[in-house]
Amino acid sequence: MNILRISNGRVIDAAQNLDQVTDLWIRGEHILGVGPQSVQATETLDASGKIVCPGLIDMHVHLREPGREEDETIATGAAAALAGGITTVACMPGTEPALDNQAAAEFVYLQAERAGLANVFPVGAITKGRNGAELAEIGGLVEGGAVAFTDADKPVVSAEIMRRALEYCRMFDKPVLCHAEDPELTKGGSMHEGVESMRLGLRGLPAAAEEVVIHRDLELARLTGGRLHIQHVSTAGGVELIRRAKKRGVRVSAEACPHHFFLTDKCLRSFDSNYKMNPPLRTESDVAALIEGLKDGTLDVIASDHSPLAAEKKVRELDLAPFGIIGLETLLPICVVALIEPGHLSWPQLVQKLTVNPARILGIDAGTLKPGAEADVAVIDPEVEWAIDPARFRSKSRNSPFGGLRVRGRAYAALVGGEVKFQV
Amino acid sequence: MASETAPVATASVPWTRRHLLGLEDLSRDELRTILDTAEQFVEQSGRCRKKRGNLAGKVVVNLFFEPSTRTRTSFSLAARRLSADTLDFTPSSSSLSKGETFIDTAKNIEAMGVDLVVVRHASSGAPHLLAQHLACGVINAGDGAHEHPTQGLLDIFTIRQKCGRIEGLTVGLVGDIAHSRVARSNIHGLVKLGAKVIVCGPPTLVPETIRELGVEVSHNLEAILPRCDVINMLRIQFERQRSGLFPSIQEYARLFGLDSTRLAKARKDLLLLAPGPINRGVEITPDVADGPNSAILQQVTNGLAVRMAVLYLLCGQPGEG
Repeated sequence: MNILRISNGRVIDAAQNLDQVTDLWIRGEHILGVGPQSVQATETLDASGKIVCPGLIDMHVHLREPGREEDETIATGAAAALAGGITTVACMPGTEPALDNQAAAEFVYLQAERAGLANVFPVGAITKGRNGAELAEIGGLVEGGAVAFTDADKPVVSAEIMRRALEYCRMFDKPVLCHAEDPELTKGGSMHEGVESMRLGLRGLPAAAEEVVIHRDLELARLTGGRLHIQHVSTAGGVELIRRAKKRGVRVSAEACPHHFFLTDKCLRSFDSNYKMNPPLRTESDVAALIEGLKDGTLDVIASDHSPLAAEKKVRELDLAPFGIIGLETLLPICVVALIEPGHLSWPQLVQKLTVNPARILGIDAGTLKPGAEADVAVIDPEVEWAIDPARFRSKSRNSPFGGLRVRGRAYAALVGGEVKFQV
Repeated sequence: MASETAPVATASVPWTRRHLLGLEDLSRDELRTILDTAEQFVEQSGRCRKKRGNLAGKVVVNLFFEPSTRTRTSFSLAARRLSADTLDFTPSSSSLSKGETFIDTAKNIEAMGVDLVVVRHASSGAPHLLAQHLACGVINAGDGAHEHPTQGLLDIFTIRQKCGRIEGLTVGLVGDIAHSRVARSNIHGLVKLGAKVIVCGPPTLVPETIRELGVEVSHNLEAILPRCDVINMLRIQFERQRSGLFPSIQEYARLFGLDSTRLAKARKDLLLLAPGPINRGVEITPDVADGPNSAILQQVTNGLAVRMAVLYLLCGQPGEG
């Protein structure tokens, strides 16, 4: 059997509280262990000066297949993930048709297997057709492998439906992922409502539109005992609501996206639609609150909310362009620039939010380098400087505002099931 | 037709811009340069109606994606007075209805050898998008609720003409500030030139955040009237009422309309402006609109001079015949 030694890297595994320069050994598809082993390596990958950690997990991506293959496919999305050091993604059900039944969930596995790249876990729709009216067949979706439930970027308007979803999912111990938005308050909006939207004459999405729904769903999680995960928290008020709910023992987890803790609504002054996403870029004080929430553990996970959009849809008038930013291939460097370099998070803390935490929330067997675990590994060069060039992305889409940005840190290699699937 | 070729008086500062996208971007000196240049055109058009040759051989296209009569006509006339060739483009007569994008449409028109595009669009930032994608000059003739720089300039020009200065004046902007591109352009220009600006309307139409632009916020027209040298009554868009931003046109008129009773509380020499088209009986009663304080028609005349100045500065040849 093949024995791979990844030598002399800084091995970080938050699940084992491990952070030391040593060797990581892989036998076949599984982790053999760290440190000296009583076997001979058949292959060696030199990781001197690099970080060796569990393959990153991005629990919030839109892969568009089926239905919108002009934006992305499961294969191109999985390739983009690997180039970003991400070996596992959870894809949202906002496809056409929606992932709202067992066969649809199984289709995702089938396409991921055909691509043979990263692991792809489907997230099922809460309601049939994501219409917000009737619960989807959640049991069937679980049978088909769905790891969580959400109506993706369509907010669940009915508190009653949300309540029942939280209750029903408890039976399967699956989390409900909340896109917190009151659509009446955000109607016609293009960007955060504040000084900048006033200046640009654009309709805004007020912070309150996110916070009222976070508040509602936290109360519903408390009422039902269901497991709630707040996606892409973008406001200071949202962070504070979640912090307090956690103290009260509500079963809630939360995520932040790199663009939200790295950019502000001032970027919209360029009228560049690549800065348009939902939730929108907020203000400097929101950015500070997100970073504080990441530091104190209120925000458990960092995810990209990778939302690919073909150029013909995205490059147009700002208020008419659709929401969305891609992020699989920029997740890591933006985290380095925004969190590691200023000293907000240590590498082990960052790795935790990108591996073991999302794995725990989704209930999947991944995110660790424990002996016997599936050998999904990321080798990261933390020092390499480079300029982001969307033209070279593996993703099918280019809707990133980070083109030309000089950053530090990128994936050097990514292994899935012991096999090197990506290497610089 | 005879063609006047004498250069316009030297600009106060050298003009370097290729586009006019908004007044927020302009310096105080640049604003003064436009106003001073417009002054020349007013004097000249008063003396004789000869065409000038400054834009001879240039092509100016009006690209209006939103209906407009006054601004479009004013730009056309201004361009023709400077001997430019002009072309009006309206989306109904175009391939936009066949699904072509806004940018592609503009690029196709530019490919016909256009020097300046005058664009109006319902989307904030549409002119900025064109400025990025086109090689020719772009003039913003109104983008969404963002800016309407030539309207702002002609309002400011009229104030300077009637009051003799801008600095130290108190100017009230009344109405739907939140959705008004005219309000934003006025605010940026007036504040930069040293006026005090008070914006006035119901809180649903006057966002608190507008204070950041250096203006005072009021919700009481009668209270601010005695302090104002100038009042600019912005048009109420009727669709705002349908979206629940105020209860009824009647209530709006009662609280923020200008009639002769209310006008009596203002200074005798109050200058009254309205960017038009006005809703008679809503923002302003007919007797006030047509009364001695009103400079509403003067604004339209000045609009021509201001637009000639802008066209000239962006692509005119001083001595060309």
